[in-house]
Amino acid sequence: MSDWPLLSLVIFLPLAGAGFILLIRGEEEVVNQNAKAVALWTAGITFLLSLMIWGNFDNSRSDFQLVEHSEWLAGLNINYHVGVDGISLFLILLSTLTTLVCIGVSWEAIQVRVKEYMVAFLVMETFMVGVFCALDFVLFYIFFEGILIPMFLIIGVWGGPNRIYSAFKFFLYTLLGSVLFLIAILVMYLQEGTTDIPTLMTATFDPALQKWLWLAMFASFAVKVPMWPFHTWLPDAHVEAPTAGSVVLAGVLLKLGGYGFLRFSLPMLPEASVYFTPLIYTLSIVAVIYTSLVALMQTDMKKLIAYSSVAHMGIVTIGIFTLNPLGIQGSIIQMLSHGLVSAALFMCVGVVYDRLHSRDIDFYGGLVERMPAYALVFMLFMLASVGLPGTSGFVGEILVLIGVFQVNQWVALFAATGMVLGAAYMLWLYRRVIFGDLTKEHLLMIRDLRPHEIASFAPLIILVLLMGIYPALFLDPMAASVDHLLTQTGGLPETELARNPIGEALR
Amino acid sequence: MMGIGMFELAPAMTEVFLICVAMALLMLGAFRDEEQDTHRFVSSLAIMALVVGLFIVLMGDKETVTTFSGLYVTDGFASYMKALVLLGVAVCLVMTPSFFQKEGVNRFEYTVLALFATVGMLMMISANSLISLYIALELQSLPLYVMTAFHRDQLRASEAGLKYFVLGALASGLLLYGCSMVYGFTGTLSFPGLAEALSPATLGEETIGIGVVIGLVFVAAGLAFKLAAVPFHMWTPDVYEGAPTPVTAFLAAAPKVAAMALTIRVFYQPFGDWVSQWQQIVVFISIASMLLGAFAAIGQSNIKRLLAYSGIGHIGFALVGLAAGTEQGVYGVLVYLAIYLVMTLGAFACVLALRRNGAPVEEIEDLAGLARQQPLFAAAIAVFMFSLAGIPPLAGFFGKFYVFMAAVDAGLVPLAIIGVLASVVGAYYYVRIVKLMYFDETRDPLDQTVGSEYAIVLGIAAVFNLAFCLRPSLLLGPAERAALTLFT
Repeated sequence: MSDWPLLSLVIFLPLAGAGFILLIRGEEEVVNQNAKAVALWTAGITFLLSLMIWGNFDNSRSDFQLVEHSEWLAGLNINYHVGVDGISLFLILLSTLTTLVCIGVSWEAIQVRVKEYMVAFLVMETFMVGVFCALDFVLFYIFFEGILIPMFLIIGVWGGPNRIYSAFKFFLYTLLGSVLFLIAILVMYLQEGTTDIPTLMTATFDPALQKWLWLAMFASFAVKVPMWPFHTWLPDAHVEAPTAGSVVLAGVLLKLGGYGFLRFSLPMLPEASVYFTPLIYTLSIVAVIYTSLVALMQTDMKKLIAYSSVAHMGIVTIGIFTLNPLGIQGSIIQMLSHGLVSAALFMCVGVVYDRLHSRDIDFYGGLVERMPAYALVFMLFMLASVGLPGTSGFVGEILVLIGVFQVNQWVALFAATGMVLGAAYMLWLYRRVIFGDLTKEHLLMIRDLRPHEIASFAPLIILVLLMGIYPALFLDPMAASVDHLLTQTGGLPETELARNPIGEALR
Repeated sequence: MMGIGMFELAPAMTEVFLICVAMALLMLGAFRDEEQDTHRFVSSLAIMALVVGLFIVLMGDKETVTTFSGLYVTDGFASYMKALVLLGVAVCLVMTPSFFQKEGVNRFEYTVLALFATVGMLMMISANSLISLYIALELQSLPLYVMTAFHRDQLRASEAGLKYFVLGALASGLLLYGCSMVYGFTGTLSFPGLAEALSPATLGEETIGIGVVIGLVFVAAGLAFKLAAVPFHMWTPDVYEGAPTPVTAFLAAAPKVAAMALTIRVFYQPFGDWVSQWQQIVVFISIASMLLGAFAAIGQSNIKRLLAYSGIGHIGFALVGLAAGTEQGVYGVLVYLAIYLVMTLGAFACVLALRRNGAPVEEIEDLAGLARQQPLFAAAIAVFMFSLAGIPPLAGFFGKFYVFMAAVDAGLVPLAIIGVLASVVGAYYYVRIVKLMYFDETRDPLDQTVGSEYAIVLGIAAVFNLAFCLRPSLLLGPAERAALTLFT
């Protein structure tokens, strides 16, 4: 079993599925059905295989596991090198799950160019999983950038009325950040003669150079996260993208920035990371408070959730730069939780949008009377987004808050303020959409959740609750890797989670 | 001076063979019955000859050999570049006859001219002295002027030909003037002789004379014209737009490879010890070309003009590698050129295949909604566009990767940063074409059939762009060996 190239299988199986879909010929109706079926099976099998990664994962090891290595760019010491550790493990699972959910969500919603749509999603899955598995900088960059192509097409072809502007903004904004990252990769490669990520993690760079490299990486990751003030592409992209596009954007693509900080900035450029921590804190606090206030004033549901994403990702970046185990574990949990919750919230918007083609908050009201199941699902995710204990959102936020409290109480105070605001805009949104009297005539005939929608929501509901009730299942695999990361960063090696009473209670 | 025996001809075997074939084809075409499709027949024979030439090049000796009293050199570098040129010309000839047939200028002389130009390009690559450099350059240029104006009844083709000729003559003059300056200050024309005369060992404490530097600047200006690099690029958009599309494809592909080969040889062999003297020139030309290529293309509505500016930009990127002044830099340029050649030929195959009611279509807007009409064709165009923009995992990314790596290695980090930023600006107009094809609705549908020769060319080119990342060593290995021969 262990000599299977499991990771490569998970990376390239979706690509094979996409190639297979391209070969389907015939009547349009039949082709659409077959394309959907092939995509669903491919994504399903990929997800099961990715669960096997978890099954084969050894929690006690802090190094990379399931490593595969083969020669690629001969003579340059740039190789095909993949592996997982506790940090990337769940992000890989999140990617495969999100793709599966996306295909479920699109089952009825996408009626035109179904074949191309499924191909785009499967190609994107390959790139997403590849990004999190890659242990070579060039390989990472190729996957990282490659995502732009399918996402650009998804927003542009299947998006809303202003999709072209949004697609271009998304594409050029993220490309601009990424190319500077490429220069940083080249500089690091020429310094050390390798692009092997584990090797570079042990390399030491000149502190002055580190700052430049750090800023070049920051340009890329800050756009991806997105951090204030580089977030303006996100609301546009979310609003115009089809539901599944928003799901994958919120679910996985936003995690690339956080993952980049964790994987590269901290271990490779530790001095610069410490040096720039105040910058990150400042931008994150602004993001948390300012974008929460902006979210309060939105009239478009998708835009509101998009701004809430920026706020939640602000918590993630604060957690990463606490440079202690609690904060970092919290930020990873927060990334996973945000991936599930905001994806689900976009799906909630998608459910009503598919029925009535409006995302306007004022358009709705009193939906609970016609859609009780929908109201329940929406409530669960709304509360998870707010951070209700028992849901995944709580675990991530509390860990980050404790982590940051140990470092800087002021930052903790401001971050906590953001959470209060978060509760305000989410509860208000929920009240206006779900509660109140059902007076609007166009809502009278609205139908409740349908089976394929429930099937898409089900795994997310289970995971949000599981992560909230039994977080140790997710914290244990990442503990060793996070400790290892901190020794590389020069932070505190001993597991504070174990010594901390609250951390103890969470376990 | 002894007579030229078979042994001395051996290094120039490909050129000799192609010249003979060109003459024979000229006779054949002239005496063949008018009724038959002479152009297609001659063209097929020429393609076969080019393939044979390719074999001669690939099978030939990779050792450095000079002949014709040192005027002429073949080495691994020359073989690599010649292979690219022959490939580029052959593909262009494959795409040519059906176009001219539809346009009603179905004359076989085109093929013969193309072969003469090819021989000129091969000689440029092998030139080992300022004299053979000039002769080769003219042998390449003169047929190209005629080919540009080949559609002589069309006003804009004649205009393009004339414009190209006048400006080209000016550039040749500059080049020749530069050569005479260099000769005047060093007393030798041959590249090894120049290298020796200018080597630090010969010059001792002295630095390179200002006269030689001025001569070098003029030579660089003449070469920059052939490369279509800023500020000697003005002819490119007009000529690209005016010339018949197969000629545009021809101009965009092989001659640039040959001119770049010549540029590399001139800069690295006679002036190889004086990188500091020419580096700033190349850096300037490179930055100017990248920026102009990126910004000027945004406003274009004609697809051939757009590709002209795109070509200017790409030469700028290739020059990033040249500016590095290292072996790594030459390696980057060689990789870049090979990938550029494939992307460009693919893109032009697409342009050639675009027709509405049988008439060629050149406006970018005409591509609107193509993805609904012809999904595979549109997908191929999208692959070329993303590849030209340098988005991984397509081949175009690797070309940029190697030249930027060389630049960073040589300490030219600002150049690399400007380069990547220019590539983001450039990405806009490539992606705009994808947008038109995929996001917009068709107004006036194009013809559904893509000629089989175009389909084959763009299919192969698209697969190359997509699959390059799987086995990059197939190209990287030969390129590295070729770059190495210049430095031993």
